[in-house]
Amino acid sequence: MKYYDKLIFELSKPGRRAYTLPAAADPSASFSIPSGLLRAEAPALPEVSEVDVVRHYTNLSQMNFGVDTGFYPLGSCTMKYNPKINEEIAGMPAFQGLHPLQDESTVQGALEVYYEMERSLSAITGMKHFTLNPCAGAHGELTGLMVMRSYHASRGDTARIKVIVPDSAHGTNPASAAVCGLSIVEVKSNANGLVDVEDLKPLLGPDIAGIMMTNPNTLGLFERDIKEIAELVHGCGGLLYYDGANMNPLLGVVRPGDMGFDIMHLNLHKTFSTPHGGGGPGSGPVGVAGRLAEFLPTPKVEKGEDGRFHIVDDAPMSAGRVSAFMGNFGVILRAYAYILMLGKQNLAMAGKLATLGANYIKESLKDAYKLPIPSVCKHEFVFDGLIDDGSATGKPGATTLDVAKRLLDFGYHAPTIYFPLLFHQALMIEPTETESKETLDAFIDVMHVIAKEAAEDPDILHGAPHNAPISRPDETMAARKPVLKYWDGIS
Amino acid sequence: MSKIVEGLLYSDSHEWVKVDGDVAIIGVTDYAQAEMGDITYVDLPEVDDEVSQGEDFGALESVKASSELYSPVSGTVVAVNEALEDAPELVNEDAFANWIIKVQMSDKAELESLMDAAAYAGITG
Amino acid sequence: MLDRIGVKSLDDLYADVPAGFIYKGEYDLPDALSEQEVRDFFERLASKNTRLKVFAGAGSYDHYTPAVIPYIISRSEFLTAYTPYQCEISQGTLRYIFEYQSMVCALTGMDVSNASMYDGPTAAAEAMRMAVASARKKNTVLLSRTLLPNVVKTVETYAKYYGTNIAYIEAEDGQTSLASLREAMACGDVAGAIVPSVNRFGIIEDLSGFADTLHEGKALLVEYCDPSTLAVLKTPAEWGADVAVGDGQSLGIPMCFGGPYVGFMACTKEHMRKLPGRIVGETVDGQGRRAFVLTLQAREQHIRREKATSNICSNESLMALFVTVYMSLMGPQGLREVNEKSYAGAHLLHDMLLQTGKFEEVFDKPFLKEFVLKPLVDAKALQARLCEGGFFGALETEEGYVSFCVTEKRTRAEIEALVALAREA
Repeated sequence: MKYYDKLIFELSKPGRRAYTLPAAADPSASFSIPSGLLRAEAPALPEVSEVDVVRHYTNLSQMNFGVDTGFYPLGSCTMKYNPKINEEIAGMPAFQGLHPLQDESTVQGALEVYYEMERSLSAITGMKHFTLNPCAGAHGELTGLMVMRSYHASRGDTARIKVIVPDSAHGTNPASAAVCGLSIVEVKSNANGLVDVEDLKPLLGPDIAGIMMTNPNTLGLFERDIKEIAELVHGCGGLLYYDGANMNPLLGVVRPGDMGFDIMHLNLHKTFSTPHGGGGPGSGPVGVAGRLAEFLPTPKVEKGEDGRFHIVDDAPMSAGRVSAFMGNFGVILRAYAYILMLGKQNLAMAGKLATLGANYIKESLKDAYKLPIPSVCKHEFVFDGLIDDGSATGKPGATTLDVAKRLLDFGYHAPTIYFPLLFHQALMIEPTETESKETLDAFIDVMHVIAKEAAEDPDILHGAPHNAPISRPDETMAARKPVLKYWDGIS
Repeated sequence: MSKIVEGLLYSDSHEWVKVDGDVAIIGVTDYAQAEMGDITYVDLPEVDDEVSQGEDFGALESVKASSELYSPVSGTVVAVNEALEDAPELVNEDAFANWIIKVQMSDKAELESLMDAAAYAGITG
Repeated sequence: MLDRIGVKSLDDLYADVPAGFIYKGEYDLPDALSEQEVRDFFERLASKNTRLKVFAGAGSYDHYTPAVIPYIISRSEFLTAYTPYQCEISQGTLRYIFEYQSMVCALTGMDVSNASMYDGPTAAAEAMRMAVASARKKNTVLLSRTLLPNVVKTVETYAKYYGTNIAYIEAEDGQTSLASLREAMACGDVAGAIVPSVNRFGIIEDLSGFADTLHEGKALLVEYCDPSTLAVLKTPAEWGADVAVGDGQSLGIPMCFGGPYVGFMACTKEHMRKLPGRIVGETVDGQGRRAFVLTLQAREQHIRREKATSNICSNESLMALFVTVYMSLMGPQGLREVNEKSYAGAHLLHDMLLQTGKFEEVFDKPFLKEFVLKPLVDAKALQARLCEGGFFGALETEEGYVSFCVTEKRTRAEIEALVALAREA
């Protein structure tokens, strides 16, 4: 197919239209707003026909790769298949047409979704109560940390202003803590890639609000000392925060609440199959232990003794409001449909099957890629580049970036690269339970082909991708001379 | 092996200082620019800002990294190199010719805590 | 597969988990349902909701969604993609975000837009942090008393934990008071102020003098806007604002009980490096062809970690596509007509309600699609009466006024029916 290089603005012809609108309720009304309150010129939006719009965005979609296109082994992102029934449920007019401030008597069905979804997440995680108001994982982290601070403040324990974050954590953890007014103390990983308990001990004290842990961590390893860590942190008066980004492998096997965690967030767009949408909308529910329930944000949904559902906006100990209304209802609907479709037995199998796939790939590829930590992984694992990068040929060796870009040529999305920061050539692979053995085998074969290419002629990898819509772009130029809107690029 | 200029003073966070009376002319070393790779932006302070020895006054950015700039001396910023706003690549081209800020020093004794070229060569060698 | 891994059972994959933590129970959840049963289940739930003709706004507006939009945004290449990290196979996402940023700049007059935020209130909260980061040593942000309550509450929450002081600019005759702003500036600690373009009474604010007053004190003017109305109203740039934020929901996104929506955030070039969130930029590929990438990433949480001024990772990408397709379909003329028709309906309803004798005018100020009146009957009873008749309107404000909103979707017959109900109240 021909390379498509249009922006919608370049299709614009003055006077062309793609809309129809009904007649005004009062055709005689004149639009009489004082001129001092009006803009001088109409905005420079495109003027196009409906078919222009449809063809343009269809063409753009064909330059994209989604889970429906092919295997997406992106570590820490849990790119599982997004069931289509969920889209139909979320699109039902009786949900889409509800105004968020309608009287609660007219939205009992929607409130029941909130109530039952919160209960379902409690059953799966072992946390006592949930809020569904945060709009994304990072938003959930911030909300959870607000709950942590509110708890300490309610006890007059205001000196607790530090939060401990492992060096393997997602960058979002320290950023969330910082914008929540907490300072960060880093705890090191040991040689096995796990939190170093001996390094942790001296950090604990009366200024510690809590610790943020991802378990399994970003290396895909289960933090097996979690019992001791929980006792130590609780012993110093701190709380344990569970980053649910890596919850998928624990489905059916371990519940964060049982491990001693006090606060957690989930990413419905990871573990609960809602589509990533090219980077949102997500949903980041926050669950807490019973003694922290009163600090959850408002509004909350409660069930009365008469079986009716109520919206509670007045909660004196609450951390406060964190979003426009009650979070991304459309995403919550999809995730609830997913839970009902799978049911308790299938949901409980998802974690084990995801872990099976990850270990299978790891064992199948460790002959060609450096495996820094050989133990059994959970849903994901990290290679540290190629064993033979081809530098023996006299050419520059192939890097992790080169491997990632070459995968695109074979019709795969790349793994997560250069994260976690513990390894210089990190290549982080996460399959998920929705991929078959045949899919995994085909991926393994391609990874072997790429390793062989690298060893024989690394230049094949340096130039990759060779058959994607574009080749590698000049990112330095993009950052030095920013062109951030259509008119910046027209000189 | 990165370039080091004799006669300048150096901090362990890879800034250089050229002393001109009570004014310190400050830039980053060739080693620092090489470590950063292609610099895409220099975050500069404003004239009249106060800086303290060891505290950050700005940052260098590349596509995938951000690195704080630490002031080797305390005092008041009297000039910033505005050429870097539109051409951050100048730091890559010649880190010693392209200074970043000039500071009116409040305590010249602080200079004694900085390294000479030979000592700095020792930590980057 | 187990053989290759060298274990005997799936359970062996969890041998490193302390035995006491292995969950031996069964989830307290229903058994699996078939697709048909799931559909029936949600249809039963949906039947417990009542769909009303919406005559209310307050941050969620019932504008029409053209049929093209759901069709485009459900294309799986957009819907099931991740954040565009691998730019070579994400040019579709990157291009529409670039178009989105361009259109937000066209509406607001600002120089730079990010790739979107969660919603309007959180975008306002991010602007609060941006003001504090820009001002460096100052730590108070002013909020107008005429902002929507959910915006005020969200910013207050973020401020409490970030450690920012919040103070208020009082309202005078339904508008943000310039005199009150001047008084508030006297403390010398003001980093910025957030004021609405169209306020919670529906009044179009006259922000003359606001930018100058704030800029004299080296503080930022942040304008909270309804982007649909910016097709006709004076832009944040024209008022001299430094940052424009708001909720893109009014650009055809269904109300959907409050989300997903899309926050927007744009600023002047001067503040570009402090703008949070993803930003897409144009560059060229190895063959010199136009290409798009995530850029200025050194601002972001995954690089700055604890030094970042925002923790936002993903944006609301698919909803940004939603409003981009909406703006493409509507164009400048279509969006203008949406405002004209909403204006016509709102003024018709306003005048007819006053004629019933059950309401009094509160403010004599210009409004567009939303307005408040003082009810001479019980506000709750009035809302309940409308609800029984199939309408959602007469939303009560904290002052005891009732607000109404009319979009281009509301017909003359619906307006007359609502007025008839109000007359009986």
